[in-house]
Amino acid sequence: MRAPARVVWAAGAVAAVLPLAACGSGAGVPGGSVLSASWGDPQNPLEPANTNEVQGGKVLDMIFRGLKRYNPRTGKAENMLAEKIETTDARTYTITVKPGWRFSNGEPVTARSFVDAWNYGASLKNKQRNAYFFGYIEGYDKVHPARGPQTADTLSGLKVTGERTFTVRLSQPFSSFPDTLGYAAFAPLPRMFFTDHKAWLDKPVGNGPYRIESYTKGAQMYLKKWDAYPGPDKARNDGVTLLVYTDSNTAYTDVLAGNLDLVDDIPATQLKNVRKDLDGRYINTPAGLLQTLAFPFWDPAWNTEGARKVRIGLSMAIDRETITRTLFRGTRTPATDWTSPVLGTAGGYQAGLCGRACTYRPAEAKRLVQEGGGLPGGQVRITYNADSGSHKEWVDAVCNSINNALGDDHACVGNPVGTFADFRNRIAQHRMTGPFRAGWQMDYPLIQNFLQPLYYTDASSNDGKWSNATFDRLVDQANAARDQATAIRLFQQAERVVRDEMAAIPLWYQNGSAGYSDRLHDVALNPFSVPVYDEITVG
Amino acid sequence: MPEPSLPQPQEPEGAIAGTGTGAAMDLAAAEAATVGAAEAGPPAGRPRSLWSDAWHDLRRNPVFVVSALVICFLVVIALWPSLIAPGNPLHCDLARAQDGPSPGHPFGYDGQGCDVYTRTVHGARASVTVGVCATAGVAVLGSVLGGLAGYVGGFWDALLSRITDVFFAVPVVLGGLVLLSVVTSSTVWPVVGFLVLLGWPQISRIARGAVVTAKQHDYVQAARALGASGPRILLRHIAPNAVAPVIVVATIALGTFIALEATLSYLGVGLKPPSVSWGIQISAASPYVRNAPHALLWPAGALAVTVLAFIMLGDAVRDALDPKLR
Amino acid sequence: MGRYVVRRLLQMIPVFVGATALLFVMVNVMGDPVAGLCGERACDTATAAQLKQEFGLDQPLWRQYATYMSNVFTGDFGTAFNGRPVLELMASAFPVTVRLTLVAVVFEIVVGVTLGVLTGLRRGRPVDTAVLLATLVVISVPTFVTGLLLQLLLGVRWGWIRPSVPPQAPLDQLILPGLVLASVSLAYVTRLTRTSLAENRRADYVRTAVAKGLPRRRVVVRHLLRNSLIPVVTFIGTDVGALMGGAIVTERIFNIHGVGYQLYQGILRQNTQTVVGFVTVLVLVFLIANLLVDLLYAVLDPRIRYA
Repeated sequence: MRAPARVVWAAGAVAAVLPLAACGSGAGVPGGSVLSASWGDPQNPLEPANTNEVQGGKVLDMIFRGLKRYNPRTGKAENMLAEKIETTDARTYTITVKPGWRFSNGEPVTARSFVDAWNYGASLKNKQRNAYFFGYIEGYDKVHPARGPQTADTLSGLKVTGERTFTVRLSQPFSSFPDTLGYAAFAPLPRMFFTDHKAWLDKPVGNGPYRIESYTKGAQMYLKKWDAYPGPDKARNDGVTLLVYTDSNTAYTDVLAGNLDLVDDIPATQLKNVRKDLDGRYINTPAGLLQTLAFPFWDPAWNTEGARKVRIGLSMAIDRETITRTLFRGTRTPATDWTSPVLGTAGGYQAGLCGRACTYRPAEAKRLVQEGGGLPGGQVRITYNADSGSHKEWVDAVCNSINNALGDDHACVGNPVGTFADFRNRIAQHRMTGPFRAGWQMDYPLIQNFLQPLYYTDASSNDGKWSNATFDRLVDQANAARDQATAIRLFQQAERVVRDEMAAIPLWYQNGSAGYSDRLHDVALNPFSVPVYDEITVG
Repeated sequence: MPEPSLPQPQEPEGAIAGTGTGAAMDLAAAEAATVGAAEAGPPAGRPRSLWSDAWHDLRRNPVFVVSALVICFLVVIALWPSLIAPGNPLHCDLARAQDGPSPGHPFGYDGQGCDVYTRTVHGARASVTVGVCATAGVAVLGSVLGGLAGYVGGFWDALLSRITDVFFAVPVVLGGLVLLSVVTSSTVWPVVGFLVLLGWPQISRIARGAVVTAKQHDYVQAARALGASGPRILLRHIAPNAVAPVIVVATIALGTFIALEATLSYLGVGLKPPSVSWGIQISAASPYVRNAPHALLWPAGALAVTVLAFIMLGDAVRDALDPKLR
Repeated sequence: MGRYVVRRLLQMIPVFVGATALLFVMVNVMGDPVAGLCGERACDTATAAQLKQEFGLDQPLWRQYATYMSNVFTGDFGTAFNGRPVLELMASAFPVTVRLTLVAVVFEIVVGVTLGVLTGLRRGRPVDTAVLLATLVVISVPTFVTGLLLQLLLGVRWGWIRPSVPPQAPLDQLILPGLVLASVSLAYVTRLTRTSLAENRRADYVRTAVAKGLPRRRVVVRHLLRNSLIPVVTFIGTDVGALMGGAIVTERIFNIHGVGYQLYQGILRQNTQTVVGFVTVLVLVFLIANLLVDLLYAVLDPRIRYA
């Protein structure tokens, strides 16, 4: 693949020093049916309850299988290790684990593997970033009190009742609980995780279709197919080498040069060329990711009836169609509700729910903003963090669109903040004075996950501190509903409250995108925009 | 670090054991032979100083005249951009993003659908101000501090050098995020101030090095022997001979400062939106160079012309200040 | 001279203490880093408090600094937010970066000085103009663009190099990144050499050497160049540290996991321990580089002497 010929250098002086780049396989392309894929350095230790970003999530998805698994295509939660999950009151669940499952070190997966893992994840002393996922389970307030020392090490709501059965008692009814169990934080853990934690962190051991063969932190991880994997979704390749890239553009270039097989995040700057560059080996799949503009509802100026009109006016001033087409080249689609198309209509997604308010209507936008008393402070400053993602581009585009619609060059300006932590601090300390970037990547494909954490009073991701009694009541009712259909209907009602109040301006649904080499077939992305590695075939 | 204030001109070669090579001896011999003949410094009663001599030369140097004219033009554009670009630099139409040139829009459109010509002309103000003011600040601060350190030597030299070491150590990104994120002013001055703070140590070390060399020269020793005062020696004899590397570094730094402003904007701490500058244009267009090179070409070209003008100007000034060229 | 070097080495202590204290304050001024650790949501207060305790952020600043310094003397540089010891990060980043810097400095010296001599001896000729134009391109086009285009051209179109550098980062893979990294500095070195050379060409010792009938080559290299190198050496001395810590763009383009990347990440995530650890090493590099430069002054110009 590389011309081994003489290297003629522009600056002749170095030509002599330049050893001929060895041809043949470098580190990037291992032989056999092992594929190489782009990866990012995980930001947290790779423990299941400590991983809250997609790069660590990729590995967990390969080496762990939980009670449920989200179907890579439909996103529907399906039993994986769970034989059955039974309840009569949506509050106490009896879970039976299928027989025959093992960790890759040979240890059988039992009810205890789950209970120990969940207790570890919930316990305050273990400082797990995703501990709040266990917040529904009874006794969470003892093992993870909001303040003061913890008074228990284990969740009182978890009881092992047999080799393969355990019961979970929640602190309140939650009918969708079984469907949340596909999330990585609920994965089972082997004894070794607790007895030799350091060794586990250096080379995590799980029960998924791959096992970690070698791991050089910060550089690469080689995951080998686990031949004795007992599950139905055995890997169809011999293994995956994950290579850490600090910039997806480099990974993309490496795919072009034939040094890498799979890049799962096509840089926006290359989208115009990608089909030509890769000869169609490019996929663009909807993912459970919605981008919105949130508002500081603690600021009285944004929390009035007039401000509601201003918010709807601003939403109408944004030309989502042109922005998604021009800047994102179809890797994002204009949002028309507050969930995501990956839920499917049955799951609660309602195309067009937002209606007129989410279509570009400059004249009406101008009128609404005027009726609402004008922009608070005479100008909106859209705050975003400058350190990750290319937020600047779309914020500038949104502002230009608003300025054009309102006929004022200074109606909207971007307000970059240097670091993500600073951005989060401004939210936490209520220092935002105007709309700010908000994005939501779903934890599990449920309408509940798109609404409750974001708009319920004082919920963990309710960054704008929006609060509405009707919405809260509907969510409570939905969670307590005995059957899924009722729950979804109630959540949809709650979503209409969000719409009427324009609690946040929905911008666009984000897709996952990937490009791959001609060695690969059956490449797909799941609704979390993570490649379905086990289905990829090589050759 | 006490350096001898008057190294003996009789034995210049063997300062550090083992370095008195043959060549050095040759040189020393050659120089010793010419001491006092050619370079005893200008006679005290001479009517025109070196500096006014230089000005006299410069006015007749075509390179100087042309570069000065270009700079004047840039200043005019920076002050009154609407003279040649009446459009509104803030008006952008995303539907035209990355489009090529069309009538009335000779440079085409950038990634946000803004007119590249209008923005390039209007960007001159911020960029030229940042480039020129930061360079001037760095050159003055750096050469004064570095020059004094090199001339005085000893404790003050050590102190200043170690301070520059600490300054060098602070990463640009960190300094920018810490110092500029607290600023709310939307003018260019915080950025200029930051670049000066960041850039002076380098010029300072260059100036120090130049002064350390220049003060060993025989004509300086001669002037000192003739009883010239410290400031007079520094200004009349050392400065003209030490200024060349400072000019070289400063003129190139001018270009890098204009580009660095964009880095700061990229970090979210540079010029506050909706500012227009070449740096911001260049950094926004860079990732799209494969598809829309024109959006990069024009602002980069404007930056190149500006740097060229100042490099030529610097060259001409340096030549004019070089007594050996007379 | 031995005493001089010892004295300079002793000066490192206050610089070390001052620089670490300054950095400690600077990173802390940026605010609470824990807010950035829980993704797009607020950490729950209890976990946030635990994390603060883990990284010592619940202590007053002076105590954090004191603890850090006492740990450093036992060889413990703390832990990054991703759970890896800073020492481990340094051990993987510095060797790569040192190699990259080495390549860049070699380019600066070999190419920069050569071009500087050529242009200095032929002022106003075509070669001088060509180099000037190249200089302008290097200054006005970001390294990001040159790097990207070279990568596409050499790595994809012609297949001469790998577009990304493998984790081990062998020297031969670092040639293009090194050139890209050195490009702006090359402009400085070339023009400094050129100007300095032009200035010294008419110096009396050169005239004398020429008059003595020495061969032109010997005059240029041993007399002219040697005396013209002081500003160049000074510049390179100041540049070494900048190249090591500031190769963020180059490292990104070529996927080099070096100091620039780690430092940048440390700063953006406001990770005091990473930033202070890495910069401390960089300060030492600066100090040693500047010491070497000062010693080189005396080698290049024997009239300069250190007691």
